[in-house]
Amino acid sequence: MAKSAVELQEAVIRFADDSGTGMQVSGDQFANTSALFGNDLSTLPDFPAEIRAPAGTLHGISSFQVRFSSKDIHTPGDQVDVLIAMNPAALKMSLHLVKPNGIILTNEPSFNSAKNLRLAGYDQNPLETSDLDKYQVITVDMIDLTNKALEEFAKLEEEKDRLSKKEIDRAKNMFALGMVFWLFNRPLEHTVKWIQTYFDRPNRRKYIEPNIAALKAGHIYAEATDLFAASYEVKPAILQPGKYRNINGNTGLAFGLLAASQKSGLPLFYSGYPITPASAILHELASYKRFGARTFQAEDEIAAMCAAVGAAYGGSLAVTASSGPGIALKQEALSLAISVELPMIVCNIQRGGPSTGLPTKTEQSDLFQAIGGRHGESPLPVLATSRPSDCFDVIYEAARIAVKYMTPVLLLSDGYLGNGTEPWPIPDLSSLPDIQPQFAADPEGFEPYSRDPATLARPWAVPGTPGLEHRIGGLEKEDGSGNVSYDSDNHEKMTLYRAEKVQRVAREIPPTKVDGDPEGDLLILGWGSSYGSIRAATDQLLAKGSSVARVHLRWLNPLPNDLGEILKRFKRILIPEMNLGQLRHYIRAKYLIDAEGFNKVQGQPIFASEIVCKAESMLDEQKRGASAINESCTNAHARRFRI
Amino acid sequence: MKAAQTLTPEDFESDQTVRWCPGCGDYAILASIKRTLPALGRPPHEVAFISGIGCSSRFPYYMGTYGFHTIHGRAPAIATGLKATRPDLDIWIVTGDGDSLSIGGNHLLHLFRRNLDVTLLLFNNQVYGLTKGQYSPTSPTGQKVVHKSMVGSIDTPFNPLRIALAANAPMIIRSIDRDLKHMGAMIRRAAEHHGAVFFEIYQDCHVFNGGAFAEFVDKNSKMDAMLYLEHGKPMIFGRERDKAIRLDGLQPHVIDLKAGAYGADDALVHDEHDESGLLAGILATFQERKDFPRPVGVIRNIERPCYEDMMADQVNAETEKGGGQTLQELFESGDTWEVEA
Repeated sequence: MAKSAVELQEAVIRFADDSGTGMQVSGDQFANTSALFGNDLSTLPDFPAEIRAPAGTLHGISSFQVRFSSKDIHTPGDQVDVLIAMNPAALKMSLHLVKPNGIILTNEPSFNSAKNLRLAGYDQNPLETSDLDKYQVITVDMIDLTNKALEEFAKLEEEKDRLSKKEIDRAKNMFALGMVFWLFNRPLEHTVKWIQTYFDRPNRRKYIEPNIAALKAGHIYAEATDLFAASYEVKPAILQPGKYRNINGNTGLAFGLLAASQKSGLPLFYSGYPITPASAILHELASYKRFGARTFQAEDEIAAMCAAVGAAYGGSLAVTASSGPGIALKQEALSLAISVELPMIVCNIQRGGPSTGLPTKTEQSDLFQAIGGRHGESPLPVLATSRPSDCFDVIYEAARIAVKYMTPVLLLSDGYLGNGTEPWPIPDLSSLPDIQPQFAADPEGFEPYSRDPATLARPWAVPGTPGLEHRIGGLEKEDGSGNVSYDSDNHEKMTLYRAEKVQRVAREIPPTKVDGDPEGDLLILGWGSSYGSIRAATDQLLAKGSSVARVHLRWLNPLPNDLGEILKRFKRILIPEMNLGQLRHYIRAKYLIDAEGFNKVQGQPIFASEIVCKAESMLDEQKRGASAINESCTNAHARRFRI
Repeated sequence: MKAAQTLTPEDFESDQTVRWCPGCGDYAILASIKRTLPALGRPPHEVAFISGIGCSSRFPYYMGTYGFHTIHGRAPAIATGLKATRPDLDIWIVTGDGDSLSIGGNHLLHLFRRNLDVTLLLFNNQVYGLTKGQYSPTSPTGQKVVHKSMVGSIDTPFNPLRIALAANAPMIIRSIDRDLKHMGAMIRRAAEHHGAVFFEIYQDCHVFNGGAFAEFVDKNSKMDAMLYLEHGKPMIFGRERDKAIRLDGLQPHVIDLKAGAYGADDALVHDEHDESGLLAGILATFQERKDFPRPVGVIRNIERPCYEDMMADQVNAETEKGGGQTLQELFESGDTWEVEA
């Protein structure tokens, strides 16, 4: 029986189960359906590094969080309204995120398994204790219901079409999704269409009908029973007019590269070595060869970097991407690229480190590596993406700067941005800024290390150009001629040229945007994927009447010319980062300002509420003139650690 | 720009002073390359020399072509990026035994596995010269380094031909710095081949490892110590052409043509085009066998599809299949929605 829907401004849903059971699919389907419905949204896929981690274990849980809203939102949400916990481990891993009185939908049979309970660390079945009293727990035997709904497929005449019990059990993610679709009054059409397309290949077509049946069965079951107290509705958001699609950060990077290649007329060369979470860019571009993209899967990270150097030397828009450990391997060749002053882009899709660290989790801990990596005095421009929908713009800008200044550019993204999605206003290609490579062609007076007086860029003289034959290399070069030079004065001069050239990129940076009070008590300064949390936190603080503002940096090297002056307008500076204070270190060193940090390295995004807590304790401290630790802040999530 | 037929060695010369040690074998190789290139028909601006680090890798500075002196061991990877995107260029890699078989071993393997149309000149002097005499991956076991306090190498040396074969290099050539005529002919053969060429050149570093190849240079010994390979010709060698290679099963033997038991017909006939690599593999073992001559010349010469051609074919095929979709159309494809003003 349909109930009248309760209208909500927003909701956060978290799907969680063993990895490999289709929870990412369920979450993704819910997100896409909501995007098409017109909600603003933000997603957070969170999965283990193992492809099929042992079932029932805590470390094997794969989850997908989606926040959707009728208002503009910037984060996947700190707390969850609805948790779909398909087994005890999924419940254990996500329970601390669920709001009081939030809905927890569980799959009953997996909670009856002593093994599952033991693996999750429960002495008793949590569904039978008072642990979950403050939540609305809904327990459904999804295995039994899915099997009943799909009975006919187990009895098909044709053996090749007939489904085993195991195959039928696997459709339970669709049953769960169907229930959640009902709970939020979402149509099934989009997912039905997706199922029809996704399984439309040999040996997979037999799964089309059963999956649709499971989805519909879940929907009908939720409607027919009085399990849920109400159903909910989240109206479409009012976004800027235009055409949208849902996009993740890595796709944004791939699209941005295709656009930069087309606008500049430079053929795109992308080299990479498989690494999480950067590989998706290689996969994406490899499927766009029809736009001239040449992709190269190298034998190692070093070769991927070197091949990019070779392609840049030959006149391509050369790009390579990796994550922290791979970037470390690329650093030597990146120094060569700086020395021979060739344009290229290196992307670091950061993950938890050091070493193999947390391959599938996010972190912002490679800022030092980006700015201060390599050897010798080897500066390069560094910029950072801050949301899935700006990855396109940032890499496009990186390409423009690389070509204009004849320099490698390093772009920082991270796993959260790479995999997370949000609506992307599709740009009009013709409105993007021009990228105009200037290839040297005139042998008259040609010198490979002469410089453009404005940008200090050297000429791009590619092999094949008659009369411009010259030699370059990693040895120090004489100013102008580019001949090998061991002259001490010349070396200093060239070192200063390389530094000044990167510094001049600051001229390209538009005036820094200060959101909130133009001056006041507290400035929250950030970079990278903490954007959403910082923005949400600042909005909350402003709404409460606090004297705060925020600045989010796209450019990390060079820093914007006006930043120092802005920082001085605020009494205190807070820099939240998913590291132990790397940007803070640079800001303090450069501006001699006592910036403070909020630092979290748990492989998870910072919550807006954590920033609000920290900011309020700073504001409070200031008011009272005494230092006090806001206990509610450190305990807010019961997951802050001290050593 | 000169017409190809009027090119001279001077057109391939740079204005830089050559800075190898006096008497270095590298001079001979440089001269031979400059002398051979004009006849190959590619003007200097269409030619690029890519090198790594080491004495040999200074080579590009002395050529009047495009040149890129890169970093240790990485020349094959950089050349791969260049050739993959610029198949029109004539690309040569110059490297040494330390550069390509030690620090850059991985890239060397993958260059030949992929088969890009480039020629890799491996100057093998069995020593690290630029860093002053450490043993290299081709140094014989027991080789002393320059510091007398250090005892000899306990490393087992690489046999470079075995490595080239393992990577399925389609063309494998060996020559020696002191035989300019042979080297010139081999450079021409390498340039004519469409595909990756592994070209090992025995090169004398007389400062740190002088005389490493003395038996192949000394007038009295060289004809007995070397086997000049020619496709379709029997493997006969020796000052008096009185020795030959005979195959007994899979094992080669040196036979004496004067003793009467064997005649020239018993000699193994060289076949460059042996697809299996078996014959090249047998020839590669000669340097490990006692009293066998060292084969020089074209050891292997087969055709395999080139990486850059396949890459271009893929891009072309996909473009054709793409049906003219524009980038704007790609961005606007899939699940999109419109927000009205």
